[in-house]
Amino acid sequence: MNTHQQYCTFQLADLYLGIEVERVQEVLRFQEMTAVPLAAHVVEGLISLRGQIVTAIDLRRRLDLPERESGRDPMNVVIRTPEGAVSLLVDEIGDVVDVDEDRFEGPPPTMPAEVEQLIRGVIKFDDRLMLVLDAERAIQPAV
Amino acid sequence: MNEMDDVVNDFLVESNEGLDRLDRDLVRLEKDPHCRDTLSSVFRTIHTIKGTCGFLGFSRLEKVAHAGENLLSRLRDGELVLDPAVTTALLQTVDAVREMLAHVAAGGTDGEETYPLLIETLELLQRGGKSSEPLLNALTDIPAAPFPATHHSTAPSHTAGANHTESSPAHRMASAARAPAADDSQRTSGPAQPADSTIRVDVGLLDSLMNMVGELVLARNQILQFTSTQDDSTFLATCQRLNLITTELQEGVMKTRMQPIGNVWGKFPRVVRDLAHSCGKQVRIEMEGKETELDKTIIEAIKDPLTHIVRNAIDHGIETPAERIAAGKAPEGVLRLRAFHEGGQVNIEIADDGAGLKADRIKAKALERGLVTVDQVAKMSERDLVQLVFQPGFSTAAAVTNISGRGVGMDVVRTNIERIGGVVDLTSFQGRGSTLRIKIPLTLAIIPALVVTCGRGRYAIPQVSLLELVRLEGEQIQKRVENIRGAPVYRLRGRLLPLVKLHEQLKVAPSSDGEAMNIVILQADGRQFGLVVDAINDTEEIVVKPLGKHMKGIPAFAGATIMGDGKVALILDVLGLARSARVVTERGERALEQSAETEVHVDDQKRTLLLVQAGTRGRMAIPLSDVARLEELPQDSIEWTGSKQVVQYRGKIMPLVWLSEEVGRPRLETEPDAPLQVVVYADAEQPMGIVVDRILDIVHERIEMQGGGRSSGLIGRAVVQGKVTDLLDVAEIVSRNSALVGQN
Repeated sequence: MNTHQQYCTFQLADLYLGIEVERVQEVLRFQEMTAVPLAAHVVEGLISLRGQIVTAIDLRRRLDLPERESGRDPMNVVIRTPEGAVSLLVDEIGDVVDVDEDRFEGPPPTMPAEVEQLIRGVIKFDDRLMLVLDAERAIQPAV
Repeated sequence: MNEMDDVVNDFLVESNEGLDRLDRDLVRLEKDPHCRDTLSSVFRTIHTIKGTCGFLGFSRLEKVAHAGENLLSRLRDGELVLDPAVTTALLQTVDAVREMLAHVAAGGTDGEETYPLLIETLELLQRGGKSSEPLLNALTDIPAAPFPATHHSTAPSHTAGANHTESSPAHRMASAARAPAADDSQRTSGPAQPADSTIRVDVGLLDSLMNMVGELVLARNQILQFTSTQDDSTFLATCQRLNLITTELQEGVMKTRMQPIGNVWGKFPRVVRDLAHSCGKQVRIEMEGKETELDKTIIEAIKDPLTHIVRNAIDHGIETPAERIAAGKAPEGVLRLRAFHEGGQVNIEIADDGAGLKADRIKAKALERGLVTVDQVAKMSERDLVQLVFQPGFSTAAAVTNISGRGVGMDVVRTNIERIGGVVDLTSFQGRGSTLRIKIPLTLAIIPALVVTCGRGRYAIPQVSLLELVRLEGEQIQKRVENIRGAPVYRLRGRLLPLVKLHEQLKVAPSSDGEAMNIVILQADGRQFGLVVDAINDTEEIVVKPLGKHMKGIPAFAGATIMGDGKVALILDVLGLARSARVVTERGERALEQSAETEVHVDDQKRTLLLVQAGTRGRMAIPLSDVARLEELPQDSIEWTGSKQVVQYRGKIMPLVWLSEEVGRPRLETEPDAPLQVVVYADAEQPMGIVVDRILDIVHERIEMQGGGRSSGLIGRAVVQGKVTDLLDVAEIVSRNSALVGQN
């Protein structure tokens, strides 16, 4: 009866986040990046992924979180989009989890606005909460 | 002669393809006689063949095709229904056409055979006659179509089944009709038919091939970079081979996408004829280098611009016969198209021997359209003037004709050409005509580029824009690089070359120590400038890849590429850089300025400023474009309304503001009865007088704005005539005060 959804999870500062697994093309360890001068603050750089050029977006900056401690290399969650792949830089990649849809709840209204607009909802695990990231919005150029 | 052969060859290739399709379509039609799509397709094919062979003078072939077409048109109109007899006759037509084509291929004529019986049969069927005697005659009489009697008895046995009665005669006829076709191919298999030596390929497939070759080139570059660290001779030899093969493959695949420019030019004679006719002019078109080949995507991109240029040349360039005779020229004008390869680029020239561009008319028009100011025009060289026609909204045609002069003109042409990495240049000789030169790259996918370093990044500069490299060391830098009010210039063979520092443009920290200066001399928009980079690395073939949407708005980059070491490098957009560094002015900016008078522009390279004094030691500049008039008004003309001081000015009440008060400086002591110096700012509805203490000068200068952001009423400051001068934000002051006036 209950529908299930798989999420690819990752850690970002003190947040535990997930993206629907079908939106994720692949996850990669740290890749060397080419910085893009003059680009928006959230654009960390460009990576080469099997001959394709992929824009890497720092999800911490996108969510207005404090900068990653230096010396800690981010990992890539590569998202499929109609215009090609985009990579989200996260701190640590977690497991793929299988979740009952009835654990899902809309985002609490008290969340900070810049986080709230990128969060589709919250998954209630027994021991902690996972935020479901709106991948579509996260990769939109900030306005 | 050669050209004719080409036409005939094309005709043969097309017709043979058409005939193969006809065979299939006819058989399909027989199964479903009412399928309109198939029927129209059949009709079109025969019609095309008929039309072309009429044009090429193959009258016998034309006759047969014509008879077939007539029959088909009745079928298509639903006046006849396709029955096996009709199908047979049509298939016979196909065979007859095929046979005649074979003749054409072999000997250049359509043969001696006239197929009277086939034509008669077709005509009879077309009139609605039953397929009786003549048809049978036709079937047996056509020499290559022996109709073995035994076939009658054997055929039905092959086609057992529900539609036995319907399908068996059809089969019989169809197979009978096919027999001669087979014979034909045997007979003509000696000399290769043109149809056999070419195939049609989907452009999408070629594009994906091109992409893969691009990937291969990148992989090759990576391997070659790796070889420099190896010394295994077998490995090195293999890499060398890989390198050669890749290069050849790349060239080969590029060639498959190449088309002669003649494909675009082909329609020009007609365009020229029609246009010349409607303008009452006589124009002859001459073409040279029709066979010059270009990448298909580029051919597509230049099609419209070229047409526009050709139309322009006839409409505006070439004079009427009467004018030409009066000018001592032949009544017939000549439009010369020329294409040739040079330095890895394609050059296209479109030259007319018309009147050339009239400098005074360009001047007048540019002023009228507000594209330039009087001052600017006075300082312009002939060459610069001519370039004005590329400005948006410019059109020299006195009247808007239906041919050109609709406002979208040469600026669109230039934009389109520049978009594919090309350059447009126009030269004009008054009374002797004008020449437009276009330089475009052969292909867009893989380009040679110079790799440079700036800060911690590497950047690729397309070699098309590259002119030369200069390296200065030690004290040479101080000697050869001079500063004009903060704008560095370099003396290149006696000419001043503006320098643009890449790290400043990209806002990154430079990595060089200042010991040496590397200057990459580039050309954009017909202007040269030097790009100062930290280091010059190497040249490399790069594959252009687009940037994601996050970087779309950055004019400095044209794309990205993957370098030999697998890392990404950005490709610099030379034109974009030149514009953001203001080496070339952004076109359209001035037109914009016109529409928004109150906007204060500080981006222009050179500006005309009114220098005034307001308060002690207050030196200020007002953009002249904001000034309507300068007036001297007697002190006693000041009247009061509420708390405001006003004067009567040209039938209106004009409020006065004291500039020194506006910017918070003490007013200069003047004699009590000295006239007021008023700068009249004219808004659409409300004039405003800005009272200054003294009018100093009017200057036309390049303004380098220096730091210290906006403060109330000021845009910033700059050094003008060697003195620090505040730039006034007139719009701001006016709006601040007009709000008060409005309340009153």
